[in-house]
Amino acid sequence: MAASATTVPGDRSLVERSPGRRLPDQVLRWGLTSLATLILIIIGYFFVRLIGQSGTAISHSGLSFVFGNDWDPAHNVFHGAALIVGTLITSAIAMIIGVPVAVATAVFIVESCPRRLRGPVSILVDLLAAVPSVVYGLWGVFVLAPKLLPAEKWFASTFSFIPWLGGGTPVLYNYFIAGLILAIMILPIVSAISREVIATVPQENKEAALALGATRWEMIRMAVLPYSRPGIVGGAMLGMGRALGETIAVVLLIGNAPTIGNHIFAQGYSLAAVIANEFNEAANTPLWASSLFYAGLVLFILTLLVNIVARYFISRGSRGTRGTGATGMTIASGPAGGQG
Amino acid sequence: MSAVSGLPAVSARRRRTDRVMRGLLGAATCLALVPLILIIYYLLHKGLGEWTSGGFFTTDPNGNFFGNPGGIRSAILGTLEIVGLASVISIPIGIGVALYLTEYGRDSRFANVIRYFVDVMTGVPSIMFGLFIYIVLVISHTGGSGFAGWKGSIALSLLMLPIVIRSAEVVLLLVPSSLREAALALGAPRWQVIRRVVLPTATPGLVTGSLLAIARGMGETAPLLFTVSLVFGLTGNLNAQMNTLPIQIFNDITSPRNAVVNRAWGAGLTLVALVLIFNLIARAVARRSRMA
Repeated sequence: MAASATTVPGDRSLVERSPGRRLPDQVLRWGLTSLATLILIIIGYFFVRLIGQSGTAISHSGLSFVFGNDWDPAHNVFHGAALIVGTLITSAIAMIIGVPVAVATAVFIVESCPRRLRGPVSILVDLLAAVPSVVYGLWGVFVLAPKLLPAEKWFASTFSFIPWLGGGTPVLYNYFIAGLILAIMILPIVSAISREVIATVPQENKEAALALGATRWEMIRMAVLPYSRPGIVGGAMLGMGRALGETIAVVLLIGNAPTIGNHIFAQGYSLAAVIANEFNEAANTPLWASSLFYAGLVLFILTLLVNIVARYFISRGSRGTRGTGATGMTIASGPAGGQG
Repeated sequence: MSAVSGLPAVSARRRRTDRVMRGLLGAATCLALVPLILIIYYLLHKGLGEWTSGGFFTTDPNGNFFGNPGGIRSAILGTLEIVGLASVISIPIGIGVALYLTEYGRDSRFANVIRYFVDVMTGVPSIMFGLFIYIVLVISHTGGSGFAGWKGSIALSLLMLPIVIRSAEVVLLLVPSSLREAALALGAPRWQVIRRVVLPTATPGLVTGSLLAIARGMGETAPLLFTVSLVFGLTGNLNAQMNTLPIQIFNDITSPRNAVVNRAWGAGLTLVALVLIFNLIARAVARRSRMA
């Protein structure tokens, strides 16, 4: 290898380190590599253990856990369609309400906001992510749900002709309230990722639109939104992942009744809520406990799929620039705070 | 917007659409901030009274059905202990993995697999980490007890890990490679480059990311529900059930007693204040490092 004449005992070149002095480097290298491997092992181990613990329930309920609608622990019947439907309905409500507002916020901050307000407004939106979910639950239970109930009643009776929305009798804790709280909770992350993506729209594209005579709004509609669409979709999916798995706020606000309500102001249950609510009681009933782990497995797979799709869109959206996103709060202060 | 002479002016209809749509964007932003303002208002309105009532920070909650329900001392200390241990676990491991990614793995296939799974981990709901530790450590009574503080710390550290890794990686990538190359050219081995050049340069950013991870872990309820459970009394024993702010709030919400519900508001205000303090310190560190 080395250029030769200047060798020292041990057959190595003068500029090569002795094996002893190379050791710390090797130790550090393999130490760090094994730490990284640890992450994969933990995820894999969890998956295996979760399937193992759900085994009893899987052989007992099989696929009717997903399609059957009858959750009755007292009679050993564990068919969780109501839980899955509840999870999906609340997440859908959260997306319908939260995503448009979050994207509008992002567009406003990056494209339309007076420059000196930009920092403060984005910090305020980020602050929504700093509120713990149990505090959202607290506020939802004692403020939001009771204050909105009259409005829900008015809405349901006025628009009684619209299926799903009207016609029923709203109860205090219901799909809609849970979904609304989820909408508020996913807002900061969807907004942060959208903001990051919108900030990557090339200045030339925007200037080209303006030069062709577009108004600011037309520029946003024709240059900014199409360019950032994949990233925004990814951000929205990431928000959906959050909404699917949110536990504490939902268990406090969804009503915890294992039935499929026939309108959005009816009470229901969600996968995460049933686990949190029943795991203590179920601890001594193996089949019940196993069914809750099964619910966890379904939730895990559901969120995993949503996240994988979200990652796909985000990586397509941000192409060259690797997004820092994902935590919502790592994006310290808007577009300027990124990775320079 | 103003028409250059010779060009036709933008039609009134298009100008109106422009104004209306941008107005809507602004309105949506205001709408997004309404919940934040309301939550802060109610927390202060209902929580500040609790703070000033005697013994809120100096007594432990008691299970009495009548009289003073007690304060939140054990909950605050429990949260600090559990989050402290979680930070001690997750921050070194997280920075270690980030170092692997930036200094050794770089764009190798394995490093990209790790990156992908770390990203996936950020999307795993927090209840899953609780459930994991519940299955692995709580049911098996590892360490001689079922629910225990240190198991909560491990659940939280799993949750904080991807946050630390991702933020640390971003910061480490910002360290100019000319610095690394200069050190290597002077004959420094890789580990010295990392210890003497890369880490010191990146310290402020690493601190920011870690503080944000701590703030995130502090507010989590679901992982603790499955691992630490709840006990009212003050205990420093991490191998026993402990009290924590999120679980205490969760428990108090369902109480029929007004005094207990008020305690939840006071505790909620405390929790938000703690999370905000860590957030603000993180931002302050980030800002100072940017100026430097």
